[in-house]
Amino acid sequence: MVTADAPLLQIDDLEVNFGAVRALKGVSLDVREGEVIALVGANGAGKSTTLRSISGLARPKAGTIRFDGVVINRRSPPQIVRLGVAHCPEGRRLFGSLTVAENLRLGACTRSDADGVARDTETMFVLFPILRERWRQLAGTLSGGEQQQLALARALMAAPRLLLLDEPSLGVAPLLVRHIFEALAELKRQGMTMLLVEQNIALALNLADRAYVLRTGKVALSGDAAELRDDDRVAQAYLGAAE
Amino acid sequence: MKADFRIPLAVGAALVLAGIIAVGAPHVMGDYFVRILLLMALNSILVLSLSLSNGFTGVFSLGHVGFIGAGAYAAGILSLTVQQKKALLPHLPDLLNWFSLPFLPATLTAGLFAALLAVIVGYPLMRLSGYFVSVATMGFLIIVNVVLINASDFTRGARTSTGVPLATTLPWVIGWLAVTLIVLSRLVYSPFGRRMKAVRDDTIAASAVGISVLRARLIAFVIGAFFAGVGGSLYAHYLGSFSPNTFYFAMTMNLIAMLVLGGMGSLSGAIIGVICVSLLSEVLRSVERGFTIGDFTVPALFGASQIVLGFLFILIMIFRPKGIMGDRELTFGLSGRSAKNNHKEGKDR
Amino acid sequence: MSQFEYILQQVINAVSLGSLYALVAVGLSIVFGVLKLTNFAHGDVMMVGAFTTVLLIAIGVPFIPAMIAGILASALAGFLIERIAYRPIRNAPDVTRLLTSLAVTYILENLGILLFTSSPRNFPLPDMLNSSWQLAGGAITFTNINVLTVALTFVSLIGLGWFITRTTVGLGMRAAAEDMSAAQLVGLDVNKLIIVAFLVASAFAGLAGVLWAAQAGVVQPQMGFTPLLKAFVAAIIGGFGSISGALLGGYMLGALEIFIVAFLPDPVVPYRDAIVFTLLIAFLLFRPGGLMQPNREIKL
Repeated sequence: MVTADAPLLQIDDLEVNFGAVRALKGVSLDVREGEVIALVGANGAGKSTTLRSISGLARPKAGTIRFDGVVINRRSPPQIVRLGVAHCPEGRRLFGSLTVAENLRLGACTRSDADGVARDTETMFVLFPILRERWRQLAGTLSGGEQQQLALARALMAAPRLLLLDEPSLGVAPLLVRHIFEALAELKRQGMTMLLVEQNIALALNLADRAYVLRTGKVALSGDAAELRDDDRVAQAYLGAAE
Repeated sequence: MKADFRIPLAVGAALVLAGIIAVGAPHVMGDYFVRILLLMALNSILVLSLSLSNGFTGVFSLGHVGFIGAGAYAAGILSLTVQQKKALLPHLPDLLNWFSLPFLPATLTAGLFAALLAVIVGYPLMRLSGYFVSVATMGFLIIVNVVLINASDFTRGARTSTGVPLATTLPWVIGWLAVTLIVLSRLVYSPFGRRMKAVRDDTIAASAVGISVLRARLIAFVIGAFFAGVGGSLYAHYLGSFSPNTFYFAMTMNLIAMLVLGGMGSLSGAIIGVICVSLLSEVLRSVERGFTIGDFTVPALFGASQIVLGFLFILIMIFRPKGIMGDRELTFGLSGRSAKNNHKEGKDR
Repeated sequence: MSQFEYILQQVINAVSLGSLYALVAVGLSIVFGVLKLTNFAHGDVMMVGAFTTVLLIAIGVPFIPAMIAGILASALAGFLIERIAYRPIRNAPDVTRLLTSLAVTYILENLGILLFTSSPRNFPLPDMLNSSWQLAGGAITFTNINVLTVALTFVSLIGLGWFITRTTVGLGMRAAAEDMSAAQLVGLDVNKLIIVAFLVASAFAGLAGVLWAAQAGVVQPQMGFTPLLKAFVAAIIGGFGSISGALLGGYMLGALEIFIVAFLPDPVVPYRDAIVFTLLIAFLLFRPGGLMQPNREIKL
């Protein structure tokens, strides 16, 4: 279905309302297979809303979201997971009363290949060794950094073709942030396609191939991550500087 | 604030109309219609008293009928004659058995008794919210029921209480309805009423601007209970004989259905709800008894009218959850949307 | 009769009564967990199961198959109630949903009255289940239906424990109870989970209804009301939405009621339900979240 250069995810003129508030006012972006794309911008710029629209939690008012050539605007979140999009949400949203093992099991609930699930679980232990130690512990009792690793692993257990990451560094101790971003870099080496929302621009732009800067519901700036790193306008967009 | 006097004006117009009905109806209508009219007015008092907590403060009480029952029994005991007390309630404490109160003081006492109960149970209950307040107030109803059944020195227990004088006439009920409407409309469309609605619409914001949530809820609860007690007395003096289960879940469901159909945040809505449900019940009940058309006889189907009402209720919940009136008031064209504006102003505070 | 035997007898009574409360309360908590709905119709789902069983026994079906059919009938009733009444208002405000469940109660009870009249009917319990055991020279007695109640409660609760800790659907039900949108994000079909929750909860109501009616010896359309109220108390004490909490609350309430009946002076005993609800209100003031915070389950 996907030709060599057709993007895996393509968003055109996406508009989303929250009640009377227009959260997104025509956002267009694309993510190609194997790319890591950073989505940066100030609070309330619409980054999380973009991710929530892709995974089906927020209903777009206008525009189209195509994944692998299929329009997914009207699909339900479970259907979108089955198509191959996993969303690791802001605030982790683990099932705190369930164990680490059970959280991972639910992460793979859309899959029927038991062997593949077992193999991926082993991969998670390599990527996040702490999960093996905490295997029988309730997710709610883990530290912030451990929870973030579990949240990542839970999303990966769906064997996604596109991973949506919302603020993976939020509420995580600095040492563990580095560890998490090393894991993300490893995933990138393995060819995982990612769309990353991150407050820490430096970390995000280091990991990403390309980036989009959102400002009040619109794409203000986009381009090569390495170039944007040195662009003053990025910092301006961040601080919500005058138009 | 211009809207403020219009609602009392509308209430006034309604009362003049009601007064004419009260005096005139018995002369032009048969007993059956007078009875229906009386029951509608009586239920209006009960539903209005329920709307104060459930509609205007957002504390969804399922225990309101407990106050009606308490009022009915209190008034019934007080207005039995001394001879009746000796015969029916031989173990009544000496304090209560040597006198008999006329209708009005008995009714007022019943209201005050219910209000006192509301202060006692409301003080803990009004701290709860959401489901818990519903279940806990239902617990209060059950407590009242159990006490009425078991305190047989006062109530004859589960047996029917009889002998309460049939003093409730249409003018009395209309009169009390007028008092209820005047008090509630002044209360609901006053600064305190705005505080009540603020508590209902956003508890956290209301307490953030310095409104005492507990106080607003408690006052609404107690005033509602007063009129419930009064209504209970009127009911007792209408029926003459009743038992603890007269004041239990069937009545609760009936009153809630009337309130919700009319619209929970509207006084005129409460009355409209009473009229609709009463008329519908009367029609359904006559169908339910069974009837014959030519050679074809429809047998009696007891319970069918409640089933129809139940389905109607669910349809309302699905398609018009705010009832007929929602938060609006009927103002007889005196002022287009004054009540609505008023409500908005209240919200803006 | 010695003190010890008297106390042992009361313990047996408390476990038997507590089992029934636990069965009902667990069902209420399952539904509350996934839907945050106080399901007043749960008591009437009990009634559906009990009546189905009685009618089948009346036409000659043996007790056990009739009971299973009753449980299935309850599950079906729960499924239909969710589909017809609750699904359209799933995202409505709490009060709307509470009122809808009251309306469902009203309909089902009146339907019961329409079909069976409101007078109680005899529950034709086989003699085998009615026969009683006498221990310690008659100081301790219990019937086979007591034994069956406790045994079936234990078996079904162990089954439920297995279901919610070992199966993906059961884990998904707990996950959805904790965080509905996170459950959707991992790909759980919430609609399906809610249907499963209603089927399971209603089957529990059916089992409880049959056992309750068998112990009482009668069925009638309003029979679900008292156990429902008690189950609310049990579920709230346990922490509404927590399955293990409902279990704990059910047995605690059973023990409390038996204590009131067995050890308090006679004039107080008729006020049992008033005492229970007064204590509930007091309890809510001091611990509004219940004993178990929902979603902080004890591992079964």
